[in-house]
Amino acid sequence: MAESYAREELLACTVARLIGDATQTAHVAVGAASPIPATAVELLRARQGGRPRLSLLHRRHGNPFSEGSRELFDLAGQGRIDVFFLGGAQIDGEANINLVEAEGRRFPGSFGSAFMYFAARRTILFREEHSARVLVPRVDFVSAPGWSPPGVWRRGGPQALLTGKALFAWQAERRRFRLESVHPGVTPEDLRANTGFDYDAPARVATTPEPTDAELALLRGPVAREIAPNYPAFAARLWRIAA
Amino acid sequence: MLDQPLPSNQTERLADAEAIAARIPDGAFVALPPDYSLVAMEVVRALIRREAKDLRLLGVPVLGFCADLLIGAGCVREVETSAVSLGEAGLAPRFSAAVEQGRLRVVDATCPMVHSGLQAAEKGVPFMPLRGVIGSDLTRRRDDWKTLANPFEQNDALIVARAIQPDVALFHARWADSAGNVWIGRRRELATIAHAARACYVTFEALREGDMLEDELLAPGVLGAVYVSAVARAPRGAWPLGVIGEYGIDDAHILEYARRAKTAEGFARYLDEFVTRRAAQPA
Repeated sequence: MAESYAREELLACTVARLIGDATQTAHVAVGAASPIPATAVELLRARQGGRPRLSLLHRRHGNPFSEGSRELFDLAGQGRIDVFFLGGAQIDGEANINLVEAEGRRFPGSFGSAFMYFAARRTILFREEHSARVLVPRVDFVSAPGWSPPGVWRRGGPQALLTGKALFAWQAERRRFRLESVHPGVTPEDLRANTGFDYDAPARVATTPEPTDAELALLRGPVAREIAPNYPAFAARLWRIAA
Repeated sequence: MLDQPLPSNQTERLADAEAIAARIPDGAFVALPPDYSLVAMEVVRALIRREAKDLRLLGVPVLGFCADLLIGAGCVREVETSAVSLGEAGLAPRFSAAVEQGRLRVVDATCPMVHSGLQAAEKGVPFMPLRGVIGSDLTRRRDDWKTLANPFEQNDALIVARAIQPDVALFHARWADSAGNVWIGRRRELATIAHAARACYVTFEALREGDMLEDELLAPGVLGAVYVSAVARAPRGAWPLGVIGEYGIDDAHILEYARRAKTAEGFARYLDEFVTRRAAQPA
């Protein structure tokens, strides 16, 4: 049994497993306001001698780009980005995401999603809030579609959907999610009641593995020190570390 | 559009940010960088002080604090952008309120389509193709985005962005020099908007004697004077946003703004304290 851990640490360890080892993933890009995905990549880098490459879009000092904010999209267009992350004010059962508007509320906007979801090899959908309000049968606005019909160019698409309650794998051929695991303390019944879309589930649902002591030691040491300068509020809240 | 040739500038030196704000007319289509990329905040405050009206803002490719301020102050009719957000400080409160109350039109974009449209204008061609985007609801609200058959391959459609030519490119730079060049470092999106826009106004932290294009180490970060209509000195002119290498973003101030701007009354008090009364900016 691992020592006690924060929910963010469980999620970061889960994201790290989705990204996979350095033979599967050479380059991960992480957008604004995404401290947990960034933490996951730093955990892998701490374990794998600095791999995979991490392009942190809003790094305050020494960001990886010298051609301005278009360079990330050019890199993705060239096929050099293996894994990207997207969220949504709404996400539906066909992996469509909505970053624009829902129920009369205006959200920030689509950012680069309508391009990155096509151009990155794999996209991990990540949204901490797991509710029927967020996970809907059909999004009110498609910022970026989860799949594309034949004849529309698409290099990549969704790999998985991770929330604060569960992990779903994307089944491209069925255009549906399949429940992989529920996080500790969540029951399959609770999950079904809080998910607005239908999904496949095995008869016996696994529990998401808890962080190991080794993972927690890395997270609270070298990873925290890497994250603090770029996500100061997050690092201060989670690890009481200052930038 | 694109039929009028763009000027080859002799850069003017103006007195201050107020003088630049006076050059930006009501109704202008103004291209602005994101909060992390050298925003001319002192000119933004001067635009609010001169009660600018009906501005159309272009986010290159997104907008944040500066746009929320202009929107809340009633200076903006429309924003064309991929997002408006305060980053770690959350939603942009005056933007959300204005849209939800029907007072602001949003032309929703996605980041690389903004870059493509500007790159088309940069090259003087009418449009630029991009991968992806097809199937997004964004396309249904954009009559300036079309799909086009790849002329070299069968059954391959691409989306194209019509060239975007802003009236004004507005940003802040670390240095200007005696020759009218400005130094933007790696923030090359600023060069792109300067190349594409009819006029380009730049505030700067400090003046360098001589010509930065004569210095091989500085030259790659220079925007040449040919693109720059006018410059004005504005020390700490990006505050509370940052100039990397000089001063960082004032996170505490942005958080305080996000808290106050949740209500119209709180926003009005913010404007009174930090914008309307000129001397309020810390040295």
